[in-house]
Amino acid sequence: MLESAFKGSKGYWVWLLALLAVIGVGFGFYLRQLTFGLGITGMSRDVSWGFYIAQFTFLVGVAASAVMLVIPYYLHDYKKFGRITVLGEFLAVSSVIMCLLFIIADLGQPMRLFNVLIHPTPSSMLFWDMVVLNGYLFLNIVIGWNVLDAERNSVPPPQWVKPLIYISIPWAISIHTVTAFLYCGLPGRGFWLTAILAPRFLASAFAAGPAFLIILAFIVRGFAKYDAGRDQIQTMAKIVTYGAIANVFFFLCEVFVAIYSQIPEHTAHLQYLFFGLHGHGVLVPWMWTSIFLMLAAITLLVIPAARQNEVVLGIACIAIFVGIWIDKGLGMISGGFIPNPLHHVREYVPTIPEIAITIAVYATGFLILTILYKVVVGVKQEVGE
Amino acid sequence: MKDKGKIIVGLVIFVAVFTFPFWYNHGAATQAPEPELTEKAKKADKCVEETAYMRKEHMQILDEWRDTVVRDGKRLYVNASGKEYMASLSNTCIDCHSNKEKFCDKCHDYASVDPYCWDCHTYPEEKE
Amino acid sequence: MDDTRRSFLKFAGISALGLGGISTLTSLMPGPATATKGASAPLYKDTNKALTAKRWGMVIDTRKLTPSLCEKMIDACHKAHNVPNHDNERHTIKWLWEDDFEHVFPMKHDEYLADRLDNLPILALCNQCNNPPCVQVCPTKATFQREDGIVMMDFHRCIGCRFCMAACPYGSRSFNFRDPRPAIEKENPDFPTRMKGVVEKCNFCAERLAEGKMPACVEVSEGALVFGDLEDPSSEIRKVLRENYAIRRKQNLGTNPSVYYII
Repeated sequence: MLESAFKGSKGYWVWLLALLAVIGVGFGFYLRQLTFGLGITGMSRDVSWGFYIAQFTFLVGVAASAVMLVIPYYLHDYKKFGRITVLGEFLAVSSVIMCLLFIIADLGQPMRLFNVLIHPTPSSMLFWDMVVLNGYLFLNIVIGWNVLDAERNSVPPPQWVKPLIYISIPWAISIHTVTAFLYCGLPGRGFWLTAILAPRFLASAFAAGPAFLIILAFIVRGFAKYDAGRDQIQTMAKIVTYGAIANVFFFLCEVFVAIYSQIPEHTAHLQYLFFGLHGHGVLVPWMWTSIFLMLAAITLLVIPAARQNEVVLGIACIAIFVGIWIDKGLGMISGGFIPNPLHHVREYVPTIPEIAITIAVYATGFLILTILYKVVVGVKQEVGE
Repeated sequence: MKDKGKIIVGLVIFVAVFTFPFWYNHGAATQAPEPELTEKAKKADKCVEETAYMRKEHMQILDEWRDTVVRDGKRLYVNASGKEYMASLSNTCIDCHSNKEKFCDKCHDYASVDPYCWDCHTYPEEKE
Repeated sequence: MDDTRRSFLKFAGISALGLGGISTLTSLMPGPATATKGASAPLYKDTNKALTAKRWGMVIDTRKLTPSLCEKMIDACHKAHNVPNHDNERHTIKWLWEDDFEHVFPMKHDEYLADRLDNLPILALCNQCNNPPCVQVCPTKATFQREDGIVMMDFHRCIGCRFCMAACPYGSRSFNFRDPRPAIEKENPDFPTRMKGVVEKCNFCAERLAEGKMPACVEVSEGALVFGDLEDPSSEIRKVLRENYAIRRKQNLGTNPSVYYII
């Protein structure tokens, strides 16, 4: 099947080369990071996790959201999703690979990565995150590839794939739950110390992931002449709507608990993010933009006429994706570190090398995604769907 | 097999690239270096274990030392013949082998290994 | 042809996975260490002059603290442990430092604080918690708790994930964002420096205790610091704690710090 990835239009090759160029630039910065250390980033003693870990958190959500296509198709027998389920699974594959790359980019001693296997520590949530992420990657590659291969040969997928598909459903939930547990089990970090963090992560994932898939479906339709289908896109739009509303609801629950209880350890972080603290507030405009984008997108999505207009839907999906990216990719991690445990406010701003490495990891993900989607579209066109 | 030509060219390039290190170094082979001992080391006659054993296993001993010292807090090493040594690279090893370049580096360079001991532990030169 | 290649690749992939998994499983299982040496197996022992305790602890008597004394203690600590002094504030590394009362005790922010505490520098360091969150989260056991209660760093093993820094509720950990050596004024050859990419913190001078010496800060503290065995009722530290009311940092978090402050 992979052979169709080697046959493409000029545009396809230009796109791949452009991605490779971006990866090359980022890799150059990464070599610099390897020799100098993580000091080339904006991280500090007080904000000890930054952009890399934030992107990792966001992308675990995108990966987990594939389950929102798997559940309707396999559990509710919603046959129409047969056209796109594999797109979701392959999006999960490339997202998990990006997650793993971000973890490696964030390590101070990446050469010692395998110490996690040599000295396994079940009390550490990072150990479990490694287990569930690699397992999820494996599941999605095996499932996606076999289902697609069967489709190409016009036979039903092998029987042994079925149990893997069922396992992949709770497994998808687990990857984002364990990722939330990285943060919400830490004493003394009031912003994350909330039982609703995992549900909130999942809700935002189930909005951002399918929103991104809708955007991808539009792109695939435009460039590869493969139509995911109007009904399919509309069903996904409803999933996005539910996810986005649940996300905002959970967020407001958090705000209520913090603001009404007025416990300083909990309010200080929200105050920093939305109003600034002790004269520091680089994230304030971003956070309000995120709120505005989320609310505006929800307004558009809940109106059937607006949702059914694909231009409006595209705009709403971009708004959801960007809004949640700001929330998780910018605010969630540094917001938890500011103010620090001694109630000093030391801000965090990513540096140019850090951003270049981040973009390169995203480019790697898009490279893998492009190749996988090329294969999918090749197969779908071959069987004449 | 209409792509025979391409396949053969590909294979030739692959083999050439894969064996590059061998023919690049061809004829450049040098005698295995002999590490030089300081007067103090010569006088001691024997390291913490037999010389042959140390040659082969010093890295294992050092790896074990760092674990027992740091993790178990046990800082004394009693060797096979009952003699006691402080399990310390910076203090015990370097006390005799205070000529890093001629002792450690000589073989490490030859074997192309780059242990990062000296990123943290003090160089023998700096002790003087 | 295609089939054999495919099954070979599958087999190779599964074997590789299996090998990785087995090494993890074997290390999860307890078993004898495989080591063969000389004639008989060598032994490891404590040095006989080592100071030992069931649980090391410290009392900081803030009544005796002065700015110059704090500076002296910090200096002794940082010199003994080759703690670098980086120009860039983001790369700061500190084992022992001073801060205002309201920052060392952010949960005890009183509206009407005794004048004495207003400008008094309070020492902060790793609390050597008896229930350390940093140890719980470390994915490689690079940070671990010794039997005498000291929470130690194994710099050889740290992968630099900084999970422990997120877990520490006291901001006691620092990360080597760059090579520390150029920023060390005068290297102490008796203690290793660190390399870039690992986390470090106060170790209650485990290396000095092994030689029978008190921690570096305690030695120069002029009585402001009392160090000893918290589980020995006849120790001096217990006597001091019996006679004075002392508080601990954020004890409501359940970390059970081993550092007490007499206010």
